[in-house]
Formats: sequence, structure tokens, C-alpha cells
Amino acid sequence: MWKGIPLFPDSASTYSDAVDYFYLALVGISIFFTLLIAALVVLFAIRFRAREGSAGATQIHGSHVLELFWTAVPLVIVMALFVWSTKIWFTITRPPAHAEQYYVTGKQWMWKIQHPTGQREINTLHVPVNVPIQLRMISEDVIHSFFIPAFRVKRDVLPGRYSTMWFEATKAGTYHLFCAEYCGTKHSQMIGSVIVMEQEDYQRWLSGAAAGETPQVQGEKLFAAMRCDTCHTGQPGARGPKLQGLWGQKVDLSDGSTVVFNEDYVRESILIPTAKTVAGFQQLMPTYAGQLGEDQILSLIAYLKSLSDPAQGGAKP
Amino acid sequence: MSSTVQTHAPHAHSPHEHSGVAHAAEPKTNYLTANYGWKSWVFSVDHKRIALMYLFTIAFMILVGGVFALLVRLELATPAGDLLQSENYNKIFTMHGVVMVFFFLIPGVPAVLGNFLLPIMIGAKDLAFPKINLLSYYVFLVGILLTLTAAAMGGVDTGWTFYTPYSSTYANSQVALAAVAVFITGFSSILTGLNFVVTVHKMRAPGMTWFRLPLFVWANYATGLIILLSTPVVAITIVLVALERLFHIGVFDPAYGGDPVLFQHMFWFYSHPAVYIMILPAMGVISELIAAFSKKRVFGYPVVAFSSLAIAVIGFFVWGHHMFVSGQSTYAGVVFSVITMLVAVPSAIKVFNWVSTMYKGDVLLSTPMCYAIAFLGLFTVGGLTGIFLGTMGLDIHMHDTYFVVAHFHYVMVGGMVTAFWGGLHFWWPKMFGRMYPEAIGRVAAALMFIGFNMTFFPQFILGYMGMPRRYHFYPEEWQVLNLVSTLGATLLGISYLLPMIYLPWSLKFGKVAGKNPWGAKGLEWEADSPPTTFNFDKTPIVTEEAYAYPEGARHQPEAKVV
Repeated sequence: MWKGIPLFPDSASTYSDAVDYFYLALVGISIFFTLLIAALVVLFAIRFRAREGSAGATQIHGSHVLELFWTAVPLVIVMALFVWSTKIWFTITRPPAHAEQYYVTGKQWMWKIQHPTGQREINTLHVPVNVPIQLRMISEDVIHSFFIPAFRVKRDVLPGRYSTMWFEATKAGTYHLFCAEYCGTKHSQMIGSVIVMEQEDYQRWLSGAAAGETPQVQGEKLFAAMRCDTCHTGQPGARGPKLQGLWGQKVDLSDGSTVVFNEDYVRESILIPTAKTVAGFQQLMPTYAGQLGEDQILSLIAYLKSLSDPAQGGAKP
Repeated sequence: MSSTVQTHAPHAHSPHEHSGVAHAAEPKTNYLTANYGWKSWVFSVDHKRIALMYLFTIAFMILVGGVFALLVRLELATPAGDLLQSENYNKIFTMHGVVMVFFFLIPGVPAVLGNFLLPIMIGAKDLAFPKINLLSYYVFLVGILLTLTAAAMGGVDTGWTFYTPYSSTYANSQVALAAVAVFITGFSSILTGLNFVVTVHKMRAPGMTWFRLPLFVWANYATGLIILLSTPVVAITIVLVALERLFHIGVFDPAYGGDPVLFQHMFWFYSHPAVYIMILPAMGVISELIAAFSKKRVFGYPVVAFSSLAIAVIGFFVWGHHMFVSGQSTYAGVVFSVITMLVAVPSAIKVFNWVSTMYKGDVLLSTPMCYAIAFLGLFTVGGLTGIFLGTMGLDIHMHDTYFVVAHFHYVMVGGMVTAFWGGLHFWWPKMFGRMYPEAIGRVAAALMFIGFNMTFFPQFILGYMGMPRRYHFYPEEWQVLNLVSTLGATLLGISYLLPMIYLPWSLKFGKVAGKNPWGAKGLEWEADSPPTTFNFDKTPIVTEEAYAYPEGARHQPEAKVV
């Protein structure tokens, strides 16, 4: 009867087994304590039941030894569980270096995805097996949450701020993709599939899909089209700071503080240029809020990143 | 406990001495018969009458929230959204949450049982501020009327959590009205909490020291403190949402320069302690039931009392465990997780002490005790599954799935609601002077236990497989488990309807109860059933600790119905 009725999810990422072992250990502990409590309750309810000729209650007020015992035992168990789960937590929240960057934009009620090689998809994410992949995600409206149960990972997708998650798939197949944060009328239809493919199948799929331009080429074109290059010329004495070789570096600000030149800072500077002005420059930049969508800002970020990547012809930091 | 009014003969073990017949001989008015007419009720400042007004109001809200629950489960019997449109489905689960949380789970035990019993248990005539008590009821009623108005005018579809910026900017429904309703209802809680705290400090009868207080009083005292400290925060939060929604003042929506995660911090700073507002009074009820039906002092009384306070204090520092994947810092998550682990300990201590109370007792499995035992099982599962969600590595996967739904129903419905029914049966003879029918009471309790597990256990499995909560459509392979859950919910619904039928029936046809039908200790069992308006003819003088059952204490033969 239970054939075909799933009771346990697929396990298809590098850390999903670690999560499952932890889960099963907790299930074991829970069954033990639930049965212990149930057995004691049933035993006492029968053994000490009120009946004709029973001796009546023996007044026992308590026991310091017992109280200490059942304070210490749960404390030790939960602390051990805390340490174990925190190790898993850091595995899942810390991406490996050089994970491939994919971009995700959530909006009511769809997922827009762009591959590093430029392919765009909606509600479907094709990924190669055995490659660490990082998703950089942002929402155009309300809070969503990108959830792939088979990988045991989810992360809220916020408006106005990037969030990231990473995974490395271990098994080819098609898996559920859900929005896990309630986002309005069609929340339960903001779903899709994650299709994990063998490397060669993925390459074949990439060449078959309408490749379009890579995010950094799009970004480069936007950079010119929005006239960013009139100020950010890269020459000494320009009205805007030079952007080459800057990625990941600390930038001195006019108020004396510093900021890391990264995705969040770039996005903020495009939308609210007045927020943080680079030391030695006047605040001249206009805001691009309302003129650039989240997808376009992500393309600009990809382009600015490439300016600091020697492998892509960018300047060394 | 207390042997009280010294002129009374000791009678704890002889309920027949106070049979109804004896009372019929010398007719005496009680709080129900003291005066008549609708004005004597709507303007009453008697804590017992106010408790009854709360009881009937809350019973109505249980039915309303129950109908919404039924619609949700009916819809989920099939994977396609074929019964309701998504818009309406979202409004229905929102209303289910709002009604049950704000109009049943939070006020259920304190406003009904606490209001009725707290003054009697400490030997007082009434709460410290009777008029504020009446005010709290009317504030509550206004909150209900506004909520029902919001429902009638098109409903709310934000979920009971009102997350921004969906609620503040995007939702196209009666969010502002519902927010005002919740805001107003919060003041009802605050007034009740204030009343309880002051009453416990100032109104205890002579000799009623802190460590002679029944644990139900301790639990309500701890709850009062949490209400006073946390409820104002949710009130402020709601005002900010309303300001953003009405005047576009940027607080939570990044489009206006706000921070959407800020709302979650403020919301859970109230709503996590609110979970303890719901469960602590229920734990107090369980202490009373297990002591009375084991004929024993609660094992480790001071430990149980202080564990309530420990839960109240630690409960303020765990709110971030609702936000592990929401974008708060990785290290903030670590801190919230370890504090969450700590709060598991006092809960575990309570369970072990309750079980130990039964050891070498004289255990009578009457209906209230059946509910108490059901509580022990369901609360244990609810508490243990809380550890799953408090451990971050696992919560990344579990967050916002049906595992969470199952967990909080085990704690809230399996815990608080079970204790509410147990307490209501236990004190029913005190409140109305009549016994409920025992046999059908036990059947209802057993049916509840079966129906409950059938409804919510499959949801743990669905949750681990990844079924997100608040889903109208779901993948077909999960239908069987959902169907089991829906069938279980039907049984559960029936088990909750039964007492709503036989309890009112007993008001006319039930056996007359007498002062102390259970032979239990506690000042409330030395007052008349139903009590007189001022509870005691003479202020009791307390000379014993709570639960002062003698060695060899036994249930009277009349109490043993089976």
C-alpha cells in the first residue's frame, strides 16, 4: 500500500546526507524520550490506579538528585545537538571559493534565473552535477524564499538586499523548487524544477538553449548605454572613481569610514548614490532608481566584477 | 493545602458531606443567582461572571476558527486547489490563525480559568482591579467585532504573521482593519496581565505565602509578567505597519527606505514570548490536574514553579530562531540557537516532575486526568520537535514547511487546548455546581488523542519531504498523507464538539456536585459550588502549603466511576 507513497525526500546535494543523519539521530532521541514518558505514564496509571483496598498515595515531595539528573541530562543532550547542528549550519552557509555565480530574481509569482553563461530561464534551473553553485538572489517586490528540498537548503529572497545560497548537486535528476515564504495569492504556484544534469548533458543543454549574451557583456553594454563611462572613465582626474581592479577591495569614503566594494555596495551606489561617497570625489552621480531593474543591476555587477578578474582581461587588484 | 476557615471541619476526603441535598436544605445564593437581568451581567465586576462572559465569547470564536480549519483541511484533501480559489484559501488560513491565536490560545486559559480561579485560589474576594477586568473583556469584544468586520468586508490574506512588505504595501485586503483589531485585543491581554500580577502580589489571604501558592497561580503570574513586557512591542509594530500602509512612511518596505527583516525582529520579539503566554497557564492547569488525581503534592514543587519563571525569562531571548534563513547574520543565528536549546531544559524538567507526581500516587483516570495524560504525550512530542527546529543546520530545511505547522499544533493544540479542556472539566462542577457526564467525557478525550495524532503526525513527514506551509496546491505524491490528516481533523473536530454539547447539557441534567467532588486540596474546593459572589464567607487563613495531601490519601469510592 505504501509503494509509490514517498515518506522521505530525495537526497541530492553534498550536505544533504549530513542533514539527514542529524535528523535521524534527533528522531531516535525523540522516540526514546517519547516512549520513556509514555511507558512511565502508562505504568504509573496502571500500577498506582485508585482501586478498592489500595494503599493510597505515598507523599514524596521531591528529590534533589533526580532534579539535578533530569536537568543535566537534557542540558548535555541539547548542547551536543547544538554543536553538531552548528557545524552543519556553517557548511551550508559558507560557500566554497570559486562557486559558479547564478543570478535569481524573485517576483510575484515567478523565479527568473540567469546562468553565468547568459542563458535565462523562468521557474526552471538547469545545473551541472558536482559543481559548486552559488545563487545571488534578490526580490523585486515582497519576501520570497528559494527552497530545494532535495538539497536540504532554502534562503529567503529579500527586496532591497542580496542574499546568497550555495549547493553542489550530487545526483542527476529533476527536483522540486518551491517558494517557501508566503508571498500572496499564487504563492503555492511560485514553484518550478531544479534539473541536475551530467556535465556533458549540461554543456549540450547550454549550447541548445538560446544563449544570449553573458551577464557581463550585457553589463558592459548597459555601462555604455547609461553613460556610466562619461564619469567612470578610468583615467586620473575623472569625475567618478576608477572601477577597474576594485572588486573586493576596501574603499575609503568621504566621511572617513571604509566600505568593501562588493555587490551590496555597488547596488546601493547605483540606487542611492548619496549614501556613501568615495573619498576625494564630489557627490555628482544621479540615482538610477526606477531606470534599472534588478536584472540589469545584476548584469552591471557581473561586468564590474569582470573588470577586476585577470582571467577575463581585467586589472589585477 | 490550606485548611482555611477554621470553623470548617476538615472535609477533603468526604465529598458526600457536601452533597447537593445538604445545600437544598439551606438555600444560599451564589454568584449565578445573586442577581438577575442582563444588566447584572454586562456591568458585572465579579471576576467569575466576567470569566463566564469570556468563556462563551471564546467558545464562539473556537467555532469560528474551527470552521476555517475545516475548510483548510477539506481543500487540502486533494492536491489541486479545487474547492476554493487561492485568494480565498489564503484568507481562510489567515483568519484561522488570527482567530485561534488572538482569540483562543492567548486568552483561553488565563481569561476564563485564570479569571475564575486565581482570586479563589489565593483566598481573595476578587481580582485587584475588578473594573479593569470588566474593561479588558469589552476591549477584547471590540477586537473580536473588528476582526469579524474585517472578515466580512473581504478578509485578510497576509497570514497571521503579517510579514512586511507584503502586509504593508502589497496585500490587497483588509490589513489595516485587522491590524487595528489585533492592536486593540493586545490591550485586553495587558489589562488582564496587570490585574493578575498585582493580585498575586497584594491580595493573598493571610498565611498564603509564595511557596504555598498553587502552581496554576505561579504559571499565571509568570504569564502576566510576559504579557506586560512583550505585548506593547507588538502594539508598536502594528502601528508602524499601519503608518507605512496608510502614509507610506518607510519603516519596513525597502521601496520607501525601510528594512523588511526589522518587522520580523519586532514581530517575533512579541510573538515568541506569546507562545509562552499560551502554554504557561496550560502547564499550570496540568500541575493542578495531576496533583488532584494522583492525590499527591506536585513532585519538586519549587522546581516546577521556578521553571515557569525560567521559561518566561529565557523566552524573551530566543525570537531569532524564527529567522535563521531570513537574512539575519550567521552568528546571530548561532546565539539564538544556543539560547533556544536552553529553553528546552525547564520544559523537560516540568514533564519529568509531572510524571514523577503520579509515582506511588492514587491515580484516578477521570476525564480531566485523561486530558492531562494526553497533554503529557502531545506536549512531549511538541517539545522534542521544537529542538529539531531550534537546531540551525536542520532548520534551514525545515523552516516554513509542514514540520513547523505540525510542531506548533502539537504544542498549542496538543498542549494548550488539551489543558483547556482538562481544566474546564475539572473546574466545571466548581463553576456551575453540576457534574459533566463522566463516561462520554472520557470517550471525547480518547477521540481527541487519536484524531489529533492522525491529523498532525503525517504533517511531520510531509514537512521533512519539503511541503511548504500556506500552500493551496501541492504535488500529487503527497495526497495520501494529506488525506489521512484531513480524516484525522474530522475526528478531532467531533471530539471538540462533544463537550460543547454535553457540558451545556449538564447544566440542567448533571449530578449536583457539592463543594469538593474530587476530594481535592486547594482553596477553591473549600468555597461553595458555585461560589458565592465574594467567594468565601470569611477570609480564609492558610496554614498549609499547596497540595497538603495526607499520607495514604485515597479517592473516595463515589469518585471511581469505573
